[in-house]
Order: sequence, then structure tokens, then C-alpha cells
Amino acid sequence: MNASTGTTADSSVTNETRNGTIDPKEAAHFGKLAAEWWDPKGESAMLHRLNPVRLAYIRDAIDHHWPDAGAARKPLAGKRAIDVGCGAGLLTEPLARLGAEVTGLDAAAENITAAADHAAAMGLYIDYRHRDIETLEGESFDLVTSMEVIEHVTDPATFIAALERALAPGGLMVLSTPNRTTMSWIMLVEAAERLGQVPRGTHDWDKFLTPEELTAHLQAAGLHVIDTRGIAWDPLQGLHLSDSLALNYLMTVVRG
Amino acid sequence: MTETQHSDILIMGAGPAGLALALALARSGMSVRVVDRISPERLADPEFDGRASALASTSWQMLQNLGLADALWRDACPIDRIAVSDGLRKGGLDFDAGVDGMGVMMPNSLLRAALFEAASADADIDLVMGADVAARTIDAHRATITLDDGRAFSASLLVGAEGRVSPTRDLAGITLGRWSYHQRGIVTAVTLEKPHKNTAFEIFYPDGPVAILPLNDDDDGRPMASIVWTVPEGKADAWVSLSDRAFGAALTKMSGGFLGAITPVAPRSNWPLTLCQASAMVAPRIALVGDSAHIIHPIAGQGLNLGLRDVAALAQVLGEGARLGLDPGDLAQLKRYQDWRMLDNAMMAAATDVLNRLYGLPGSAPSLVRRLGMQIVGRTGLIRRFIIDEARGASGDLPDLLMASD
Repeated sequence: MNASTGTTADSSVTNETRNGTIDPKEAAHFGKLAAEWWDPKGESAMLHRLNPVRLAYIRDAIDHHWPDAGAARKPLAGKRAIDVGCGAGLLTEPLARLGAEVTGLDAAAENITAAADHAAAMGLYIDYRHRDIETLEGESFDLVTSMEVIEHVTDPATFIAALERALAPGGLMVLSTPNRTTMSWIMLVEAAERLGQVPRGTHDWDKFLTPEELTAHLQAAGLHVIDTRGIAWDPLQGLHLSDSLALNYLMTVVRG
Repeated sequence: MTETQHSDILIMGAGPAGLALALALARSGMSVRVVDRISPERLADPEFDGRASALASTSWQMLQNLGLADALWRDACPIDRIAVSDGLRKGGLDFDAGVDGMGVMMPNSLLRAALFEAASADADIDLVMGADVAARTIDAHRATITLDDGRAFSASLLVGAEGRVSPTRDLAGITLGRWSYHQRGIVTAVTLEKPHKNTAFEIFYPDGPVAILPLNDDDDGRPMASIVWTVPEGKADAWVSLSDRAFGAALTKMSGGFLGAITPVAPRSNWPLTLCQASAMVAPRIALVGDSAHIIHPIAGQGLNLGLRDVAALAQVLGEGARLGLDPGDLAQLKRYQDWRMLDNAMMAAATDVLNRLYGLPGSAPSLVRRLGMQIVGRTGLIRRFIIDEARGASGDLPDLLMASD
């Protein structure tokens, strides 16, 4: 028999003093949502619908970057990954299932607790830490993801420089963030928050970065964008990958 | 108390649907455990299941894709033609399969044996046979079952493939709508005096249809067929207790004699005919496949095919999810499976129901309508195509597993 024998691994949790770019008010906002992160019908409903869409993009980026692992069930086996701004682990857990040795960082302690509890219950080992990427030293990762985070930081340039330091030689980075357009203002800030699809107070539209602005930050840090793709929404398809960057976009990034 | 053993998927039921699903999921790299009360010896015993099944060409393709064709093709009798008639009157319907074929006939016991052998040989499938389940629980993170010998198994997803009586369905709180046809299906195997020429015969009588379905010749070279004879509930016992000789004579007469003398060569079993439809096919950490979710009238031989189509769709949805690292029990993912399968299952249930009712009406006027209907269907290309596609299992949006690879 080969079905794996029960491993109820305890995910580890560490706390570090914070000295980063995450806005404490933002961290407090997301911390309050921690309890509901894993409820697909709860406050994070939109994230649950977004998750398979962005995972499909990440999987394609992985297959493209490491073609030898293309057909494998665990294409990240033997690789280290870090999910920066992991929330309660919606993206972090799939990365672990794809075989990676995963670290999850979040600025809200409540999120890290919720994430670690959930991973342990699912039998996944994930190294969860309550800290900022800026204070991480001497560690590097083959895959760096930071989804829907950069729009919440106070200093994007410093944040991106820290992401770059965490990226191992030959590594792959995937980012996503909302665009600063009229469309994103209407859809994300007004419609989605007012209709309860996204918790009120989640988004500060003025902090959103356009693809050009984000690209400039990445280039300044010595990084190179190799692919950009939009996430659009329509009533028939729901959230889906699209050529339109107007609402939200994903970027595949390598060292330049 | 031993340690709980975990797998990605726990399948309850080692019938054709459960084992085909196990094989398909293992190919996608998932760890699978199959649990059944039955012993391996009993599973493949013709005495346990003496029925034969029509495997639509898409189902046959799926078995090929799962690597079973080599083990099964010798026992598969191709169906080249389906002949439908209203009693023994002229003006019936003939469907020729053409080059594609309409599928094959196969004794269930051989199909069960081949699937069990393939699953036993697969390193990613753990078969737990002869197992009596003492407890079943579902929580937010996993499904757990405990056997009466103390062994416990957990999984991210529990699949109910037990058949008509499905404790997994009950655990999910999914209700089953049931409508009895007040008919029973008498099943047996026979030898025929004359060759069947790979034709499946459906002969409709007011009491119910008789299906004579071609099987490969027996060891002595005699043509064989599987019989599914639908009779009213009250008459079933009389037909079952009849001597072989009298039963054979009755069949010979019903068939109009064009297959020569028909001789029963297997025990007669009989099954209540019901239309059952589960109110849902998924619940948190639970999915249902095959007869656990739906049972249709056997008039068109489509029950197993519907189950295998469930399997192909669920395997594809879970395979796509696994590629993204999603939790196999993710409810949004399971709902995609349900949306995919509910309509097809309901359509087939309705089609076979209408067919049975239409042919169940006695009298000459309904007979005339039926024959007229057959003529129209026979001459209208589009309807013919639809019926052939349904029989082949090729209608609707097909999962990859049902299609030939390029």
C-alpha cells in the first residue's frame, strides 16, 4: 500500500519584531478577518474565487520556468517557496501540495495563527512566521509569491527590494495586485466592498500601482518582468485570466 | 487503537465505478484508498453479479485509456446493430453503428475482475476488502471512517460509490427521490441456436420490454446472449420459478423464433426497477458517483455508462485541481463536477422513463403511434444521430477520459 500514512504535522509559528513596510492599520484590518479566511461563503468569498485563477497562472509559470517538472504532480519538490502576505494560507497550502518546502509570512499575528491551525488540521507542514519580508536575512527561495499585498505596503520600493533579496539565483517570482484604473475603483472599492463581496476597508485605491509603476519598481531592484496577464470578471465566466489588465494583474518576474 | 491512515481520496465501494475512479485518480498522481465489505473472490464471482452490461463506445474508450483494453477485448462482444420492434410487428427501428461501433457487451463479472486486477497492481491504490465500516465522520478538514476491527482511514474527499444503498449519501444528508416502475428485471444468460450477428434486440411488449443482448460465443462455439426481461412486479416470481425448459420456450416465442431455440444456461436473478435521483451529487468533502447518485430504467442499458461518465468527469475536475495544488475536498471544485453531471443524468433518466412508458401502453392505437414514431425517427437523420450518440455515450460535453487521445 502506498497511500501515505497519516502525518499530522504541526506547522511551526515564529514571531519576530517588526520593522517593515506593512502598514499596521492594514495588518490590523486583515487580522480581524482571520477567523473567516477559510470559509468560502464568508468575508473572503472573493479570494476563494480568485484562488484557482491565480493558481492556474502560477502553475503555468512554474511549468514554463522549470520545464523538466512540467507534468509532475509535485513540480516544486525539492524547492523552497515563500508566500509573502500569506493571510490564512489560501495560496500557501497549494504551494505545499505542489511539493515545495514553504514559508508563509504575514504581518497580522491572527492570520499566522489561523494559517498554522488550518495547515496542521490538513496535515501539511508549513513554516509560518509573523514578520515582514524586510527583516528576513540570509535566506533565499526558488519561488517567491506575493499576491494582493503590494497595494497595502507603505513603501513599495523597499518592499520589492526585500522580495529581490529573498529570491534565489535562477528563481521565479509571481506577483499580483489591482490596477489603479476607473474600472478597479468601481469594481473593487465601490461595488465589491459595498455589496459585501470584499470586506469594507480592504482597499485604498490611491495606493494601487499601475503595471508601468510596478515594472519600474521591479527594474530598479534589478528584476525583469517576463509576463503580465490580467484577471478580469464578467457575469458568465466569473473571475478569469484575461488580456485586460484594467482590474487586476499578475506578473512573472525573474532576476534581470 | 492504530494510527489513522490518510490518503487524498477514500472511495467507498469497489464496483466498476469505484475502481475505475481509483484507476483514473491514481493516474493523476493522487493517493487513493478503496474500501468495500465484499471479498475479492466474491467480487468477480458470476454468481454475485450475473448481469452483462452494454458499454457505450465512450465507456469502452475510457477503459482503453485506463489500460484495460488488453485484458478485456477478448470478452467484449461488439454491438454493430440495435433492432427495436413493437412486439413482433413489422416497422421497427434499426440502428446501424457504421464504422464507429455502438459499444460492446461484456459480462459484469469479467469487467469487475479486470478492474480489480488493475487496481491491485497500482502502487497508488490501497484496496481494503472485506471491511465492515463501524463509523463515518466528516469535519471541516477531513472525512474519517473507522472499521469494526479498529482500523481508521481519513481522506480529504470521501467518494460514495456503494451503489443503490449508499451510507456515504446518507452521511452527506443527500436525499434520494425514488419512483418505482412496479416492474422487475429478470436477468439471465442464454445460448442461441442461430447467430445474433452482433445485434442487440429490444422487443417491446405491453408487460415490458425484452432485451436480447449479444455476448461472445461460449467455449463450445454456441452464440450467447444476455437477457433482460422486464415483467410486472406481480408476475416476477412466477417467471423466476419456471423451469429452464419452459422459460427458454417462452423466450423463443417472445423473440419470434429468428434466433432459433433459446436455452437458459445461468441462474435467473431479478431486480426491482426504480428511477432514483439524488438531490445533489456533492456535499462538503463528499462526492457521489454512479448508482449512489442515480438509478435509471435498464431499458437502454445505460446505467453503467452514466456511472462511468460521472467517474470521468470527477477524475478530470480533481485532476485539474491537483495540478493547481487545490484541496481535493474543495467544495467549489466539487460543484463544478455536479454542474457537469446533473443535467446529463437527468436527461437520460427522462429519456429512458419516456421510452418505458410509451412502450408500456397496451392497445392497438398506442402501438400504431409507436410504429409511426419509429418510422419518423428512422427517417429523420438528426433524431437518429441523437439516439445513436446517446447510445454511444457521445452526447454533451465529454470529459477527456472518454475521448481517444490524438
